[in-house]
Amino acid sequence: MFAFCTDPASLPQWQWFACYLTTATHFAFYRSFLMVMLLLAITAPVALAMGLVGALAVRSRIWPVSWLGKGYVNIVRGVPDIVFFMFVPIALGQGIEWVFHHIQCPDWDQPIRQGNDFIVCREAKVPPVGAPAWVRNVYAFAMAVVAFSLVFGAFAANTLHGAMQAVPRAQIETAEAYGMTRGQAFRRIIMPQMWVYALPGLSNIWQILIKATPLLFLLGLQDAVYWARELGGQKTSLYTYPHPDWRVWYFLVLLCFYLLLTWGSERVFGRINARLSRGQATAAGERMRRAAG
Amino acid sequence: MRTCVESFEAYILRALGRDHGATLLPRGLDITFCDQAFLIASGLIWNVYLAGLAIAIGFGLAVAVAVGKFSDNPLISRPAAAFIFVFRGSPLFIQFFFFYSAFVLLPRQGIEIPLGFVTLTANTSALTTAQVGGLLVLVLNTTAYSAELFYGALRTIPRGDLEAADAYGMSGLTKFRRVIFPSMLRLAWPSYTNEAIFLTHSTTLVFLSAFPARQQSGEAFYYARYFVDQTFNPFVAYPLVAAYFVLLTLFIVGLFGLMNRHLNRHLPRERRRRIRFRPQYIR
Repeated sequence: MFAFCTDPASLPQWQWFACYLTTATHFAFYRSFLMVMLLLAITAPVALAMGLVGALAVRSRIWPVSWLGKGYVNIVRGVPDIVFFMFVPIALGQGIEWVFHHIQCPDWDQPIRQGNDFIVCREAKVPPVGAPAWVRNVYAFAMAVVAFSLVFGAFAANTLHGAMQAVPRAQIETAEAYGMTRGQAFRRIIMPQMWVYALPGLSNIWQILIKATPLLFLLGLQDAVYWARELGGQKTSLYTYPHPDWRVWYFLVLLCFYLLLTWGSERVFGRINARLSRGQATAAGERMRRAAG
Repeated sequence: MRTCVESFEAYILRALGRDHGATLLPRGLDITFCDQAFLIASGLIWNVYLAGLAIAIGFGLAVAVAVGKFSDNPLISRPAAAFIFVFRGSPLFIQFFFFYSAFVLLPRQGIEIPLGFVTLTANTSALTTAQVGGLLVLVLNTTAYSAELFYGALRTIPRGDLEAADAYGMSGLTKFRRVIFPSMLRLAWPSYTNEAIFLTHSTTLVFLSAFPARQQSGEAFYYARYFVDQTFNPFVAYPLVAAYFVLLTLFIVGLFGLMNRHLNRHLPRERRRRIRFRPQYIR
């Protein structure tokens, strides 16, 4: 990185650290924080969308749909999420390969499960055999996103369903009195108002989602935990930058990163809550009205 | 192939170590369904041990921290609030890694704590095991989460109760023991039940993070993962461990429900607080 970094062994303290903290592996470590943010940025809207679909399904008047929605919410919430994070990527990966196998190799005569092996034909492998490393990484990341969205979608569905129920009944009756259909009343009355009721629950889910991101490590991705272990471990004099066991400092950095993230989002949610409470028939909205008048 | 009885004898206590049952875990094609069922069940020993002790120790600490945060003295309430913030604001998974890497740095022969008349030797090598070090992290974590619940309950104790206590001339410890503590417990109990459930579920993280499973003795989910690695079939071991945890959860709900009935026994039926099962597992 810097010009003076050619011989780290002879550098004074601060220059040594300047060089040490700007090695290529350290940049991979910094990028892994961006990966956490990216996971959050993708998962949150997807989970919210799944939650909305799930909540609508639970509300549905067609019983197979509502049954499906209730099943989804209760099964995902009733089973430890770790099990889901580990189960979904493997099961989904095998499922995709199984489907591709049946499409592309219809005349394959051997069973797919042979003892402890899961064997599909070469064309059905996902990602394809010989794919570059970044394709494999993106695939693993996408699997993680699916697992996270499934679990957090169920949490969100439960919260949103509760929020839809919490919109005052009288408002919906008024809408009906104006001759609105069920769909119209939902779009014009429930949808704009439910968010203020959903927000405490959603902010809780968001905090839990943040705290679940280190579990990416268990899915074999090179995330912040992976790099903290790699970089922090003791380096002998064979390495360019020898140092004793520094893992505790790397994990301290991670701890602070997450504390900052949860603290920051708590404040943001406080702001949004104040914004949404404006003009609402809730205690907070009432207080704002008094303060303004 | 083993029969079911053989694998029961070999694996039902295997989680305690190599001396309790078969030396090696079943491998590859040798794995039967009964092996999976019994070995995963034996792992539950550690889940129950970790969760039970962490809840028991954490409960007392949590009451102290909650009262501390509620205190008017900023010298007490600030540190208590900071403790709660740190342990609730960061992922348990990272806490495990952080504390483990701190524990390995401690000198192996133990730390000598001079107390004037005697010198205590703190056994630091035990801290790098999941059974002691992992338990310590779980205790700190559940203390923070429960303290926040108890703090919320302290704030919502009906004013009338406190005034009645004052009218009876109670003060200090008597008032706390007879009025504040029982009311706090009653108000916080439904959410505390959920906390106990989350904690039990997060014991699955202990061996997944930094703490090593010595002699391959781990908890239930450690074995489930072992089987999935061996058989490459997630459709047996993971549903099994999920089913065990559902049973464990139902047991906790039942146990805490009894306590809830006891705490609410003086109230008219419709004012009793119900325990609602609201699982959110990750922390």
